[in-house]
Amino acid sequence: MTTIGEERACHRRRFLQCVAWVGTGAMWSVAASVLYGRPLTDATLGDKEAAAAGTQVVVDNFSFAPATASVAVGTTVTWTNHDDIPHNVVSTERVFKSPVLDTDETFSHTFDAAGTFKYYCSLHPRMTGQVVVR
Amino acid sequence: MAKYEEDKLVDRRGFLHCMAWVGTGAVWTMSGGVLKGLPLGATERGAMAHAAGGGLRFVQISDSHIGFDKPANTDVTATLRAAIAKIKAAPEQPAFVLHTGDLTHLSKPAEFDTLRQVLSELSLPVFYVPGEHDVIEDDGKSYLERFGKGTQGAGWHSFDQGGAHFIGLVNVVNLKAGGLGSLGKEQLEWLEKDVKRLKSSTPIVVFAHIPLWTVYPEWGWGTDDSAQALSYLKRFGSVSVLNGHIHQVMQKVEGHITFHTAMSTAFPQPAPGTAPSPGPMKVEADRLKKVLGLSRMSFQAVNHPIAITDVPLEDPAGASAD
Repeated sequence: MTTIGEERACHRRRFLQCVAWVGTGAMWSVAASVLYGRPLTDATLGDKEAAAAGTQVVVDNFSFAPATASVAVGTTVTWTNHDDIPHNVVSTERVFKSPVLDTDETFSHTFDAAGTFKYYCSLHPRMTGQVVVR
Repeated sequence: MAKYEEDKLVDRRGFLHCMAWVGTGAVWTMSGGVLKGLPLGATERGAMAHAAGGGLRFVQISDSHIGFDKPANTDVTATLRAAIAKIKAAPEQPAFVLHTGDLTHLSKPAEFDTLRQVLSELSLPVFYVPGEHDVIEDDGKSYLERFGKGTQGAGWHSFDQGGAHFIGLVNVVNLKAGGLGSLGKEQLEWLEKDVKRLKSSTPIVVFAHIPLWTVYPEWGWGTDDSAQALSYLKRFGSVSVLNGHIHQVMQKVEGHITFHTAMSTAFPQPAPGTAPSPGPMKVEADRLKKVLGLSRMSFQAVNHPIAITDVPLEDPAGASAD
């Protein structure tokens, strides 16, 4: 990266703050900054494989797709992890729990009763989804 | 280094702000006050010399992900070894090493054993906390069997070194759907008790895997109940909070608390919101070692602020940083 590029990148994100605090017998100064790493465009993108409605759920970019799968009673739903990071599929009500799924590994569960089954990845709990069985 | 130059470098009353950012952001230091670092022009060797006057020196490594073999880094054991070589090559040895979690990728016994074998080459004490990748499947049993001796609960613990009090916290178990990292009631109660006996002048170093401040909740980069933990540390004059998980350097100072995240030794992750997900980021082969690394820490003396130097495996200009 050129010097100009560095300076631009630095200025763009720089947040500086000075606070002086004189404590008991010591002088402190505080330098505060928030640095947001590096300019990035080459993120890893997962396959954009379409999920067959209701029976296939793919994990891509730390999300379940479709987030809501609507299926008939007796349907087997299969989750496939397309990320380079392992995930799992854990029912919030502990109705089912997959082992950890590494890249391209799958987990299936057959829904024999009607209801709404919420689930999440217990490693990355922001990842949530549900299966609606009718 | 001449004494005169050392004095110039460590002039802590100078209100010197120096924040340099080179290339992909792997090396930067700030100085002035609570976080006392060095201007970038002062090399890593300078950093070692400045701390040589006494005090405590230690190293933080993080996110080794032993077992990961995807395109972002097909040999994470080699890059961990490079980090170990970096520590060994320094003119002044640290007293110990902190590993802030994600030792392994899939919590497999063989992965833990490789990690331990590589770190044993240091012949230094290593203190661990688990990452979410270390507690897969068996609620952390494999981790605790190997690294949990003398710890409480899911692996939290504390110890005193060089006049400072170190606290290893676990925020990667019993995570709730839709939530962030979590410490939990039992650990918070333990923490409150743990620090009760300490004088407010005792420097505190907290280390945990997931950041204990909210970096980017959309990617889960924060801890739901961290404010409760930090409230127990309010009375202390110097608190340093060291985390991993996000595979990049980030730093913030809030009052008397310095927050810092370290680079991974395995693969980089994108800056918040700059990619569709926080997954491993593939960089050109010749850039990889510039975005992986470790952090060197020192207290020059009790009541002096912590100094943090982030050290990539290779400096951004391409030559070895040693």
